[in-house]
Amino acid sequence: MSVINITVIDREGESHNLEAPTDMNMNLMEVCKSYELPVKGTCGGMAMCASCHCYIESDHDLNEASDDEEDMLDQAFFVEENSRLGCQIFVEDSLDGLVVRLADESE
Amino acid sequence: MIETDIIIIGAGPCGLFTVFEAGLLKLRCHLIDSLPIAGGQLAEIYPKKPIYDIPGFPSVLAGDLVDNLMEQIKPFHPGFTLGERVEQVKKDEDNMFLVKSSRGTVHKAPVIAIAGGLGCFEPRKPPIAKISDFEDKGVDYIVKDPEKFANKRVIISGGGDSALDWALYLANGLASEVSLVHRRSSFRGHPDSVDKVMAMASKGKINLITEAEVVDVSGNGHLESVQIKQKQEGLIDKSVDHWLPLFGLTPSLGPIADWGLNISKNSIEVDTFDYSTNVPGIFAIGDINTYPGKLKLILCGFHEATLMVQSAFKMIYPDQKLSFKYTTVMGGIKGF
Repeated sequence: MSVINITVIDREGESHNLEAPTDMNMNLMEVCKSYELPVKGTCGGMAMCASCHCYIESDHDLNEASDDEEDMLDQAFFVEENSRLGCQIFVEDSLDGLVVRLADESE
Repeated sequence: MIETDIIIIGAGPCGLFTVFEAGLLKLRCHLIDSLPIAGGQLAEIYPKKPIYDIPGFPSVLAGDLVDNLMEQIKPFHPGFTLGERVEQVKKDEDNMFLVKSSRGTVHKAPVIAIAGGLGCFEPRKPPIAKISDFEDKGVDYIVKDPEKFANKRVIISGGGDSALDWALYLANGLASEVSLVHRRSSFRGHPDSVDKVMAMASKGKINLITEAEVVDVSGNGHLESVQIKQKQEGLIDKSVDHWLPLFGLTPSLGPIADWGLNISKNSIEVDTFDYSTNVPGIFAIGDINTYPGKLKLILCGFHEATLMVQSAFKMIYPDQKLSFKYTTVMGGIKGF
C-alpha cells in the first residue's frame, strides 16, 4: 500500500497535512471527511452538489474535469480558474504533495 | 383536512416503501414532499444514474426504482401532497399531529414518519449579503409569473436549461431587455436551446455576458442595478429591473430543525429499536436520521421503514396484537 501526502487549507486558513492511501479508491472529498474537515459531501460523490468545491493551489497535473463536474461548477459560487470538486479528484501516486484550499460554503 | 394513520414527510424511496410496509399492517399513509414529483433525490438529482446495491437488482436506474416503488405501493392507495413544504407540526387536543404545509394544507395523523432525506430542495442562492433585501423586490429564484417581466429589463444568471429556457421565453417579445450572465463561454443546457440562445444573441435579442458573474445588487427598496464581474472587462454596473439567479436546487433541513427534535450534524437522532425520535409519535428514517453505525443507503432506509411501522402500529392500536406474516403466505397483496 502506498500513501501520499496532501495539504488541505481550511476556510479559516489553517493547513492540515493529510495522509491518503492510494489503494482504497478514495477521492479528495472522502479523505477530507475521514479527517473530519468541514466538507459535507452532500451528494455522496456524484458531482451533484458543490459542497466539496475547492481550489487547487499546487501545480499538479490533474485529470480534466468531466462535463458533469463543469455543469455542477456552473451552479456553484466563488468559482475560480483553479476550482474543482474534491469528489472528482482521485487519490493516486501522482498527487503526492497536492495542496488544495476549501472554497467558502454558499449553501 | 387530510386524515390518515401515518403522515410521511418526504416521498423519496424510503418514504414510498414505508407505504408498503405500513399497508401490510393495514395502516394508511399520506406523503408530503416539497418537490412536485415523487422520488426525492432519485427523481430530482439522478434519475438516469444506475444504482447497484438494491438487493435483487444487479443494476437499476434511480428513476426506474422510483417507478417500481410506485407500482409496489399502488394497492395501498397512498395520498400525496406534492410541491408543498411542511412548515409546521403541532398536536391538537386529541393528541393527534397536525401537519401544515407551505400552501396551508392541513394533515392529521397519530404518527409522523420523517423520511426527509437531505431536507427540502430549495433554490441555490448566490452568496451576496444584500440579496435577501431584494427577494421578491426584483430578485426571483423561481419564475412563477412570467407576465411580471413584461417590458422590464431582466438579467438571468446560470448556464443550465432553466436559465436558457427563460432567457428564450422572455426575449421573445415579453421583456424589453434580456441579458444572460454565465461563468463559462459554453452552456450545458439542451443543445437545441443553446443554439437558439446563440441565434438570439447574434440578432441582438439576448445580451450574452459570458465568463462573468453577478457579484452585487443595489437599489432603493427595489432592485435597480447589479454589478457584474467579467473576466476581461472587470466590474460592470448594469441597470436592471429584475435579476433571476437560476442555479438549480440544493437541499436544506428547513423547518424540520425547529420541531423540537434532537438534531446532530443536520441529522435527526433516533433509537435504533424502532427509529423513534425524542418526540413520541415522530419517527425518522432514511438519510435524514443518525445513530451509531448509520450508513446512508437506500437499503438501510427500507429496513428502518419496516421496523418503524411495527412501533407505529402498536402506538395507533395499543390493544391489538400484531401477527407477523410473510408476504408469500398472505396469498397476494391485499390493498385497501
